Amino acid sequence: MADKAELLTGLAEIVEEVAGVAKDDVTSEKSFVDDLDIDSLSMVEIAVQAEDKFGVKIPDDELANLKTVGDAVDYVAANSK
Amino acid sequence: MSNTDVVITGIGATTPLGPDVTSTWDGLLAGRSGVRAIEADWAETYDLPVRIGATLAEEPTERIPRVQARRLDRCEQVALIAAWQAWADAGFELPSDEREDVEPERLGVSIGTGIGGPMTLLNQDDNLEQHGIRKVSPLTVPMLMPNGPAAHVGIELRARAGVHSPASACASGAEGIAKGFDMIRSGKADVVVAGGAEACIAPITIAGFAQARTVSTRNDDPEHASRPFDVDRDGFVLGEGAGVLVLERADHAKARGARIYGRLAGTGITSDAYHITGNHPEGIGQVAAMREAIEQAGLTAQDVGHVNAHATSTVVGDVGEAAAIRKALGDHPVVTAPKSALGHLVGGAGAVEGIATLLAIYHGVVPMTLNLGELDPKVELDVVAGEPRKTELTAAISNSFGFGGHNTALLFAAA
Repeated sequence: MADKAELLTGLAEIVEEVAGVAKDDVTSEKSFVDDLDIDSLSMVEIAVQAEDKFGVKIPDDELANLKTVGDAVDYVAANSK
Repeated sequence: MSNTDVVITGIGATTPLGPDVTSTWDGLLAGRSGVRAIEADWAETYDLPVRIGATLAEEPTERIPRVQARRLDRCEQVALIAAWQAWADAGFELPSDEREDVEPERLGVSIGTGIGGPMTLLNQDDNLEQHGIRKVSPLTVPMLMPNGPAAHVGIELRARAGVHSPASACASGAEGIAKGFDMIRSGKADVVVAGGAEACIAPITIAGFAQARTVSTRNDDPEHASRPFDVDRDGFVLGEGAGVLVLERADHAKARGARIYGRLAGTGITSDAYHITGNHPEGIGQVAAMREAIEQAGLTAQDVGHVNAHATSTVVGDVGEAAAIRKALGDHPVVTAPKSALGHLVGGAGAVEGIATLLAIYHGVVPMTLNLGELDPKVELDVVAGEPRKTELTAAISNSFGFGGHNTALLFAAA
């Protein structure tokens, strides 16, 4: 299981690619919607890329609960093989 | 000029001749051609009989940041580029809720397109077939929908008086402008960002036009393929691009000290009720559209010194329009056919050519029609050839006629 720092880096790369937010600005406490200004359409793209990169499944109802970057990292850490 | 006249205070475009109005207009005056060989492999892969197109002079991604561009179809990209140029040209502040130069509730958008975003539809369909639904972009629908270009412009410029996207094939851009004119005249808006956009050069669109026998197959000589009014014409050349005009009520423009290019003095819209691709052989709809624009402008046929023809370089269409121009106006107007240089921008045509018509009045010069080796004897008009014609104009008409029999005539007048 990858450590959370690696997961955060990996997720930050995806967020930068999809939404243009600088990697260094993608930190655990930030909210996707309120702090990073990412809309629901981009969240779907981010989820698909995260599924591929980390080998996890992120169903829509789980995605809805991932409010912050930290939430997403925690979810991936808990669910990847 | 009266206070309620509709004037043009800003213009923007990205075309096969250049990424802005200046380079496009200079290209028209210099006699450059925007028609080139299609470089993509697919022309050969699909063994297409048509291997030429009027592709953009500059890729939209040179102007739009990557992260924004990946969420926009090419058609939306060109519309935004042209709209931002026109907005800046009009001297407006950056859109915000605090700006004072135009209220959002008094600002409208009317940008037409013939087909919207077919590239997105094709690409995402490939994704679905090859990789399954997970790889289908969540932005598929907003990217392919034909109102996409107008909607994005409306969102970025904060227009709340209504965003419209007329679709009438090759007349879409002209109808976009005519609708904007109506919005101001009816009191709905003080300013309307109006025009048209198209970017659909792809295997299926080229194949479709080729099968309808409407496009030129002069593949070995692209720059000479688009030859409206010439005896050797064999069809149009598909192009891509966008044109946008900022239409504004005269008193609103004067109050903020805006530079005024000229007036949009009249519009004429009719329909042929004849055939889904062919124009009516007697051109009654085209004649009526030109007459309607003249009457709405409060002018006479004699006042119209120039016609910017729709003339696409098809065997039948060009002579039909020539006869209609003679009937509506006489043989005195100086005529030019810009599709000879630009190709056929479909939804973008009416707008880019409208800008060219406006600039002909503003600068007092009409660009020549390219590739007029020998004027078809059935075209009994004064068509500018060889070099631009300096001529002082008070009024000029731009024609756009779309598949399905849509006829639009825009009458521009000196300020």
